[in-house]
Amino acid sequence: MSKQSFAGLKVLDMSWIIAGPWLVKYLADAGADVIKIESTHHPDSVRTSPPFKDNVVNLETSAYFVNYHCNKSSFSLNMNHPSGKGIEILKKLIKWADILVENFTPGQMEKWGLGYEAVKELKPDIIMVRMSQLGQTGPLSNMPGTGNQLVSLSGFTHLTGYPDRDPSNLYGGFTDTGSARLTTVALLAALCYRMRTGKGQLIDASQYESGGAHFLAPIIMGYMENGDIPVRNGNKCSRAAPHNTYRCKGEERWCAIAVFEDEEWKGLCRAMGNPSLANDPKYATLESRKKSEEELDVLVNRWTSMFTREEVVEKLQREGVPSGIVNDARDLYDDPQLKHRGFFWEVDHPIVGKNRYESLPFKFSNSPFKLRRPSPMMGENNEYICTQILGISEEEFIELLSDGVFE
Amino acid sequence: MAMPAALAGLRALDLTDEKGLSSARILADYGVDVIKIEPPKGSKARNVGPFYHNVPDVNKSFHWMYYCANERGITLDIEKKEGQAILGKLVKSADFVFESFQPGYLDKLGIGYKWMEKIKPDTILTSITPFGQDGPYKDYKASDLVCWSMGGYTWMVGDEDRPPVQITFPQAYLHASAEAAAASLLGHYHRLITGEGQHIDLSIQACVVRDLMNAPLFWELSHVVLKRSGPYRVGLTIGAKQRLHWKCKDGYVTYLMMGGAIGRRDNKALTDFMIEKDACPDFLKEVDWKNFNMAGTSQEFIDKVDAAREAFFLRFTKQELYQEAIKRHMTIYPVATVEDIAKDKQLEAREFWEVVDAPETGSMKYPGALARLSETPCVKRERAPHIGEHNQEIYTELGYSESAIKAFKQAGVI
Repeated sequence: MSKQSFAGLKVLDMSWIIAGPWLVKYLADAGADVIKIESTHHPDSVRTSPPFKDNVVNLETSAYFVNYHCNKSSFSLNMNHPSGKGIEILKKLIKWADILVENFTPGQMEKWGLGYEAVKELKPDIIMVRMSQLGQTGPLSNMPGTGNQLVSLSGFTHLTGYPDRDPSNLYGGFTDTGSARLTTVALLAALCYRMRTGKGQLIDASQYESGGAHFLAPIIMGYMENGDIPVRNGNKCSRAAPHNTYRCKGEERWCAIAVFEDEEWKGLCRAMGNPSLANDPKYATLESRKKSEEELDVLVNRWTSMFTREEVVEKLQREGVPSGIVNDARDLYDDPQLKHRGFFWEVDHPIVGKNRYESLPFKFSNSPFKLRRPSPMMGENNEYICTQILGISEEEFIELLSDGVFE
Repeated sequence: MAMPAALAGLRALDLTDEKGLSSARILADYGVDVIKIEPPKGSKARNVGPFYHNVPDVNKSFHWMYYCANERGITLDIEKKEGQAILGKLVKSADFVFESFQPGYLDKLGIGYKWMEKIKPDTILTSITPFGQDGPYKDYKASDLVCWSMGGYTWMVGDEDRPPVQITFPQAYLHASAEAAAASLLGHYHRLITGEGQHIDLSIQACVVRDLMNAPLFWELSHVVLKRSGPYRVGLTIGAKQRLHWKCKDGYVTYLMMGGAIGRRDNKALTDFMIEKDACPDFLKEVDWKNFNMAGTSQEFIDKVDAAREAFFLRFTKQELYQEAIKRHMTIYPVATVEDIAKDKQLEAREFWEVVDAPETGSMKYPGALARLSETPCVKRERAPHIGEHNQEIYTELGYSESAIKAFKQAGVI
């Protein structure tokens, strides 16, 4: 392992749910000092989202929360405390920070008197990342919502499922993850610029724009130029056939097969023990295979259902046919490839226990990434941050504590 | 005065095909000089549609036009010795290299990371492959659907009585490319601090696992395997499911019953809306939304609420429901088509669409900046390169003479 090169970079993380914490996770895992601002009055809703240790629901039992908050510390602070002391302390932390990340519905930071201009006054070279659903400007900027809804507004839901059925649930906030990846690029670009020039800046990242439009750009342009409106279409792909998920031996066992090239079609025929099928003009070209796609699917399904997923994939890979197991959650932990890469790292959390969580999907030859500590309890680091970072005396800390400023 | 670009002065070489196509281009938006290197006959990624006027043409694929905008393009046969010598010069001049070949391909040609590192010790090579550079599946043949499936996402999506599905506009490669761009800049920051270069080995499969958010953890913590559930949402309660997408008069809307602060506001607002329209059953009027606990809610209760809301939504169009939601500050959203997105008022008000000019199509609208930076805005997009469009320009920059470039052409090197 190489040096944790992000050590010393100070991140004030006011973000919550997925997109913000996801972005900050990269920095935390690479060594940055991350302080997550929370409050028991308005906890991050992921703290109360499943799965939970032993199905007990409280602020410290969610493994979902652990997934995104290892290597971060927690500071619970009531920004709405009538004394104004919550805000006062937060302002001190802004002066401490290099980077401030938030993804509230626009207007919330302003309610606390902490819009970009005010933040900049406190810390002129800060990089402030604001990643709301629909952006900081425009008539709908303050619309509430999460990725659950944004995947629909962004066009993904309409494209998911079968054309004769209701659209399917995409499982959660697909726009969160896309936008977190792209906003990470924006933040790091700004950080490099700051190193070069000493200048901070504001980043307004709309999850609608970065998590949605970027990932559907070609078909949005297709509508604008050609007037085409694509509809969900199962697993069909205009460039491939067969192209689907197929039933294998066992209950709910599936494999994916994708035949783009004629050579791959020949390989599939060989794998199915029917090499002469490759000569049948009915299926010889992509065009003809597309025409007989339903029929081909029946044929392939009949073959795949005689074998286990592993057997099917092994036969197909031997013949050079793109294919793979349709892994379920349990399979992922047993997947030999993910295991080989050490993709899941084990986190020992005092309440949730010892479990396997996702690390990062890339490996660096000189890696700064490391698991240093499990996710923090709500307000776990209050005392340290107050007395060691902000220079608040023990007496004052106790006074603030009994006044309820840290709730 | 033109504003500076955040990453001006840096250069990236892009050797990727469809799998990593948009990775380097994302950096180009921040001012990186990206050189797309294609084989002499052009990249296969040019054949990915849809196409302008639906006529296949290597220069008119929207996929290529958008995901390779802001790049300069050259052709180079890296399997030929002369080509490799040229690549060496390019590597020396570059800060990043992106590639998505089969693992081992570059090493076999003698131009892998070790070779690049010798030429440029602090180079950052980002390799984007289905399963990574090493391990039992490294040589597996894959596709977007295969990566999506092996990453666990396909399993989660579709109707219970039909095969699981991917998104009709596939996303595994695009998400992995975004992750690759982020990883490369994490590597770049590391380089600025330590001086070290990097070989970044990215697995598309692993990227897909991260898109699943808490679904794998249901197995790890509770030994529950969540499963595709049609238009219903699972994974928000301990064992129940609730409707997420609802039929309305002219399409669908999305509404999710949630707990917490959002749920308190939304459920109350929707109930008030139903009361106003005289469509709220008595039991629903009496629910104490303030103390509503989603995680512990029973299936029986959810089904009752869902039935009442199902009938209610059917009375309106998706725009009517969206407008009510805007008025009432609640989270009913339309299940939008690309047409709805193209006509969206919020995107229009934010001047999101960017006009890019190209001789073969005239000016066209592109989705605009991926983020708005106050000091270093994303650079204005230029159209994607034609095959070998910048050969002359770039090979001259590298110091090759007119006659040398001609000779490369004749030998099929460029």
